[in-house]
Amino acid sequence: MANTGWDEFEIGAMLRTFEGSIDDIAGTLQEDRKYTENSSFSASVADWRIEKPIFAKDYCIDCQFCWIYCPDISIISRDKKMIGIDMDHCKGCGICVEVCPTNPKSLLMFPEQADEETEIAQWPAKETKEK
Amino acid sequence: MSEMKKIKNLKEFSTSADRFEGANLLCPGCAHSIIVREVLNATNDDLVLSASTGCLEVCTAVYPYTSWDASWIHIGFENGSTAVAGAEAMYNALKNKGRLKQPDRNPKFVSFAGDGASYDIGFQWISGCMERGHNIMHVVLDNEVYANTGGQRSSSTPIGSSATTSPAGRVSYGEKKNKKDMVAIMASHGIPYSAQVAPNKWKDMVKKIQHGMAVDGPVFINAVSPCTTEWKFDPKDTMMLTDLSTDSLVFPLYEIIDGHELNITYRPKNVVPVEEYLAAQGRFKHLFKDEYKYLIKEWQERVDANWAYLNRREEARV
Repeated sequence: MANTGWDEFEIGAMLRTFEGSIDDIAGTLQEDRKYTENSSFSASVADWRIEKPIFAKDYCIDCQFCWIYCPDISIISRDKKMIGIDMDHCKGCGICVEVCPTNPKSLLMFPEQADEETEIAQWPAKETKEK
Repeated sequence: MSEMKKIKNLKEFSTSADRFEGANLLCPGCAHSIIVREVLNATNDDLVLSASTGCLEVCTAVYPYTSWDASWIHIGFENGSTAVAGAEAMYNALKNKGRLKQPDRNPKFVSFAGDGASYDIGFQWISGCMERGHNIMHVVLDNEVYANTGGQRSSSTPIGSSATTSPAGRVSYGEKKNKKDMVAIMASHGIPYSAQVAPNKWKDMVKKIQHGMAVDGPVFINAVSPCTTEWKFDPKDTMMLTDLSTDSLVFPLYEIIDGHELNITYRPKNVVPVEEYLAAQGRFKHLFKDEYKYLIKEWQERVDANWAYLNRREEARV
């Protein structure tokens, strides 16, 4: 199937999202699911991005606003902790940065080619409120 | 009857395993997938889903990919709701005959559709589902325009909005007809639950979705879904726009139980003027010219009148 063109398909083809069966899908986290190449989870939209979010863990308060408002299921939260960003599925919309409530923000947008470690090392300092 | 998923706070909610996958082809910053995720994560039960033609359908089921980890069907533009209603009828028939392999599972039937597929094209089909009393939920992703085909007006497009079939220019200020009140129309079918929701108020939304899934009978949900492409704003501002729409009372959040008991579920502490909501979007840009400024005043009056009407209905319990 991977070798067929955009206008060819097998008549009556059945596309399965998972290898084997999953009985309790709502209780199976993404890393425990065996996706086939027919799930869009196996695809990537990373080339859509011109800017990428970088996550500075030190400032994160695990409020999960970014998790709920992420349109692309790219914020990975496990055990009530935000642990990182799924860069294969992130389209770089920047919603997570907008909704981040910490000061300084624990998520910021940078150009796609920016280096994560360098940027985290020079993370902006806490902003003081103007009175 | 399976137990309702307990969601006390956002941290607890974030342990949900998503059944909607990334790398779908929705625009960056699209509110559709935020709404879909909040609906799917509100329950742990099995789901039977459908999507009518629209952005959500064409972007999540591009051969050979699917973004759905649940039973999902798409038939036509108009009949997403009836497809799911048919599945529900068949499920009940097989259950009564004792031919289900796992009769203890309690699937929920949900159909998603855009405002074009609900307000215009699928209108009589949804009305039929509501009237026949299927145990389904219909969720409208209301972006007030046919966004998938390039921004034609739908009957959800509000006055003054510039759409490609009602463009603003020298002779016109854009759309001339007001949006129709779909929640009230559906509530007047006497259905057990109809509500208006917004993705920024996730707790209110989850509560309404869970209530809707628990009741026996058809449920209608209207969700505001700011469209970054057609409303013309920056993708990062999706949540800001949703906040503005609920806080300016352009999209008041309320529920109607059994077709008559109206409850307002969110009262903004600081009501934002409608002008701010309009100013944030490119589709209303022309309203800020001097000759069209009277329309903004009319907008505010209309929104105020609607809010007063909702308050009166809540008080009178009719």
